[in-house]
Amino acid sequence: MPATSKATRESHARVFDLDVSSLRELNQALHNLTPGSNETAWEVLNPKGNHSVAVGVDQPVSIDVRGSVGYYCGGMNSGSTITVHGSAGPGVGENMMSGSIVIKGDASQYAGATGKGGLLVIEGNASSRCGISMKGIDIVVHGNIGHMSAFMAQSGNLVVLGDAGDALGDSIYEARLFVRGKVDSLGADCIAKEMRPEHLELLQGLLDRAGLTGVKPSEFKRYGSARTLYNFNIDNADAY
Amino acid sequence: MCGIVGLFLKDKALEPKLGAMLSEMLVSLSDRGPDSAGIAIYGATAGNEAKITIQSPKPERDFRGLDAELAKALGAPVSIAVKSTHAVIRTTPDKVDAAREALQSLRPDVRVMGAGEAVEIYKEVGLPEAVVDRFDVRKMTGTHGIGHTRMATESAVTTMGAHPFSTGADQCLVHNGSLSNHNNVRRELVREGMKFETENDTEVAAAYLSSQIAHGKNLGEALEGTLSDLDGFFTFVVGTKNGFGVVRDPIACKPAVMAETDQYVAFGSEYRALTKLPGIDNARVWEPEPATVYFWEH
Repeated sequence: MPATSKATRESHARVFDLDVSSLRELNQALHNLTPGSNETAWEVLNPKGNHSVAVGVDQPVSIDVRGSVGYYCGGMNSGSTITVHGSAGPGVGENMMSGSIVIKGDASQYAGATGKGGLLVIEGNASSRCGISMKGIDIVVHGNIGHMSAFMAQSGNLVVLGDAGDALGDSIYEARLFVRGKVDSLGADCIAKEMRPEHLELLQGLLDRAGLTGVKPSEFKRYGSARTLYNFNIDNADAY
Repeated sequence: MCGIVGLFLKDKALEPKLGAMLSEMLVSLSDRGPDSAGIAIYGATAGNEAKITIQSPKPERDFRGLDAELAKALGAPVSIAVKSTHAVIRTTPDKVDAAREALQSLRPDVRVMGAGEAVEIYKEVGLPEAVVDRFDVRKMTGTHGIGHTRMATESAVTTMGAHPFSTGADQCLVHNGSLSNHNNVRRELVREGMKFETENDTEVAAAYLSSQIAHGKNLGEALEGTLSDLDGFFTFVVGTKNGFGVVRDPIACKPAVMAETDQYVAFGSEYRALTKLPGIDNARVWEPEPATVYFWEH
């Protein structure tokens, strides 16, 4: 890994400049990490919309990406803390297992898709299909989310400080959706639900984890499954 | 997949670099589509002059002596500039239709890529790098342009199946996606008298826009019509003589990102395509909304 020998930008941080090193070198170096490694701080320069930056990291290191990334940044993340100081392309944090990803700018389509755990924070807006098929991940969006978000969402929490686009939570299972702004429309089988004390407490915890202050859980509405699509209803037979 | 790009300059100082900037954008998206690539450049208009971009499978045979033969057939001055498999014919604007007709008998294998006062269209099978090199696109100047790198789905990998598609004067279109009702729409347009060169779905979208514009709609209204009349997946980037437009279908799965500064408006399938543009770090960068028409005009 010749490019890493000039790691001097931050003390102790291992620096990869993607203008100099290949993406494969970066990801291989991250995959070579073993438990207890002292190389806990990483910095990636000049990502320039590259795909798959820091995909499949499975050690608790912190990775600062200086710029905007393309598809699938931080996909399958397991335990690392990734901060993108820019915007992210489609599928950021796809299938994340644990750890956290913070996007300082906007995120494109299907952010956090199929995520099983961990925390994804988008400080700008997210696009369509945010949290599609989420399976336990927590997603906090400071801005708005696009249409078809949380489609078939199974579990986990989606928190949106801004507005949601059309067909929010279509065919949703047991994920919880908290939206502070307006919702253009709800998808099939998604309904507004009562905000009980346990939900206020849960939401406060999520806001705390995302480092948000000055935002009250009581400002949000909760949405979830009406559970009418769980079982086949003979009255709907004509629809098939 | 497919990759599409577009660049609309506001700052005249960038015009000499249009070809180089657009080429760089397109080459950066090569891995979105290795089958073929194409670019349309809107150059300066030279008053009383029209340009017809033609292509031949046998350029040495077809382009030799064509200027004199065509000038004789048209009774008007004709010049021809050859670039590899393509050539740009220049003549007076009132002779464009006659030139198309004359070409059919003079050079039956020649295909017209597009015509107008401003546009030149170059497209071939191969990677973007090879295509922009072949036609020396980097040296081209202009006000705006669009480009495409293709991963074929709906029709064969041929020169004529590559984008951009042009079906009206100075109008052309690139497309990422696939249309599902193109056969029906094609039949309707054929009944109106539109002519088609291929079985390609995108050519139908281009012809649809040309037909709408011929019926008196402006670019924005024509693009609006695609949302109700075309079925399927699409992100379209469209060029006209002095305009540039973008529209995505309501589902909007085909990616799109735009950037605007005081100097330009740029479109890319991915942010990667925009990273080398001047001032990109301070540009307004956003994703065009689904089912929303965007267009700019000089």
